[in-house]
Amino acid sequence: MIPAKFDYKPAESKEEALSLLAEYGDEAKLLAGGHSLLPLMKLRLATPEVLIDIGAIEDLSYIEDKGDVVAIGALTKHRQVEQSDILKEHIPLLAHTASHVGDPQVRNRGTIGGSLCHGDPASDLPAAILATRATLVISGPSGERQVESDAFFTDFWETEVQEDELLTEIIVPKYTGESWAYQKFNRRSQDWAIVGCALQAGDNPGIGMVNMGSTPVRAADAENALKSGGSPKEVSELADSGLTPPTDIHGNESYRRDLAKVLLQRALEN
Amino acid sequence: MSYPISININGNTYDKSVDPRTLLVHFIREECGLTGTHIGCDTSNCGACTVLLDGNAVKSCTVLAVQVNNHEITTVEGLANDDGSFSPVQEGFRQEHGLQCGYCTPGMLMAATALLDEIPDPTEQEIRENLEGNLCRCTGYEMIVRSVQWAAQNPDGIPVQIGESS
Repeated sequence: MIPAKFDYKPAESKEEALSLLAEYGDEAKLLAGGHSLLPLMKLRLATPEVLIDIGAIEDLSYIEDKGDVVAIGALTKHRQVEQSDILKEHIPLLAHTASHVGDPQVRNRGTIGGSLCHGDPASDLPAAILATRATLVISGPSGERQVESDAFFTDFWETEVQEDELLTEIIVPKYTGESWAYQKFNRRSQDWAIVGCALQAGDNPGIGMVNMGSTPVRAADAENALKSGGSPKEVSELADSGLTPPTDIHGNESYRRDLAKVLLQRALEN
Repeated sequence: MSYPISININGNTYDKSVDPRTLLVHFIREECGLTGTHIGCDTSNCGACTVLLDGNAVKSCTVLAVQVNNHEITTVEGLANDDGSFSPVQEGFRQEHGLQCGYCTPGMLMAATALLDEIPDPTEQEIRENLEGNLCRCTGYEMIVRSVQWAAQNPDGIPVQIGESS
């Protein structure tokens, strides 16, 4: 399948990308690794008139230790997140979750910023970003702004990034607790999760859920129960509390609710 | 719209103008005539179209040719040594019968080559995990894993001329 016709505009820098976005507005889509966008374009689920290729902007690909936080450039590939010594040491949940995205070929092309901006509730990395309480840096015509991960995912495949904006950096607090886990349930290794669960325990626990709503979501009631010292059984009973999981060919709503509890319990007992 | 690109494939530079929507796998097969790279599922699942991009395995059905402008690609045609002898991975697939119908083989060879570049002595688990992006419709996975193990154990391969019986 070949995508519909589009004009191709490679950008050499963040500034050039923003100026191209200003010029083409809602006719344009940003292309990073292309592993979310190109499949959609091949299926004609997306038919942008202009593709702005930001894949060659090298200064948006980095993983830097900044003291209490680690800063990750939006164009950092999953493979680099997976293999980063800084992340393995300070935010092991994120490195581990990245290793569960797709397969090695996909991880060699896909970028963390692309995955987050795609905003797919079935993706792995958004759940980890929610669990780590990361902050996202968005650049636009009037400068930079920061958005908490909680407020980033606004609707199905929709995020806080506006048509004239570009996600440039993800700021992730270092994790000082000991327990963390990513549980992903699927039928084949490279499939999307039917349900997934990213957990950081510790003093300020974070639990991000995959495929348990129209956006990537936190299991806030389970987080509160964990914070007040609930047992794994008590906490995991709240894994689906307040959430509205979808029904599709991979599982119906009640199956997903049950699976969420099982996976959270496994994560807590890990 | 036509966009000029220059891509090095297996050491040869191809300067061509392409429609930006041209997928890398189509560029390789139709513009450059290198039909060793197969199109399987066309949905980035099966891995038959796997090539190396600057040494890393990627699925060429999910990359635009314009995205790899000025980069280096290796396809299955680029694996054999200059004297025609097989690379260790190719020889491993021959020794251990790592192919049946052969459709997945170019992608398997490229993914296995990338794996051994990164992990020269992988465990069986590492081989299986690193080939998870490649599907074999004959389900010949056991022999594919043994083929990669053979290549890991024989990093110099055996210099057998293509076409020569042994």
